[in-house]
Amino acid sequence: MWVYEKKLQYPVRVSTCNPMLAKFLIEQYGGADGELSAALRYLNQRYTIPDKVIGLLTDIGTEEFAHLEMIATMVFKLTKDATPEQMKAAGLGAHYANHDNALYYENAGGVPWTATYIQAKGDPIADLYEDIAAEEKARATYQWIINMSDDTDLNDSLRFLREREIIHSQRFREAVEILKDEQGKKRIF
Amino acid sequence: MKQLPAEYYQLLEQLQAVDFVLVELNLYLDTHNGDEEAIKQFNHYVSERKKLRKAYESRYGPLMHFGHSYSGTPWNWDDAPWPWQV
Repeated sequence: MWVYEKKLQYPVRVSTCNPMLAKFLIEQYGGADGELSAALRYLNQRYTIPDKVIGLLTDIGTEEFAHLEMIATMVFKLTKDATPEQMKAAGLGAHYANHDNALYYENAGGVPWTATYIQAKGDPIADLYEDIAAEEKARATYQWIINMSDDTDLNDSLRFLREREIIHSQRFREAVEILKDEQGKKRIF
Repeated sequence: MKQLPAEYYQLLEQLQAVDFVLVELNLYLDTHNGDEEAIKQFNHYVSERKKLRKAYESRYGPLMHFGHSYSGTPWNWDDAPWPWQV
């Protein structure tokens, strides 16, 4: 089972109301390489992955939910005081018409999240390579958003999340090596 | 929403800092399970976390639900602020 802890993994502060930045950040909420995709991908793949990497997928998948909550907090804080006019001016008019200022699992273009973003191939190497690619794509997305953001408080939290993608990618690469070693050992007998 | 003292943010950050060390060591140990020095560090920070958690909860209420934290009287698990409100 899962339990909830009433705190963020890392502090999230925003300098000003900024719905346009929120629109970009939604990419990491409900986009193909976002945190929801990451959490659901790893926690679903773990049932059929070899025992040696189940723990890693469980732990990284769980951490992704903490990142999802951080992104939600950013979007919430950037839009909570935005007027309908400000939402419209930021390109969130269509979002406002459907959701008011509520959060929704969609990408920066407003396309709703879909399970077709994630795969479970049942082949451990194929699954782990997808996971490594997902982390690298998420890292790049964080960089592109940082490049467009002048909110120094928010950028501190975004840099933390960008670094976590690097760590996750490294751990998944090590998991690939662990599985290759295992396969090599089996061939000897 | 009630105003939180500066001390709240300091204590929360201390807990977040120790939890960061624990998450990081946890993931590292998932792929390096023979590293006894890292296990020693992990267990050290588990006990550090216990102290910080106790200090936090005695002032600001339960961090966890479903019996992982004691409740105050009246029931204070569902008291604001929630993490996105601070």
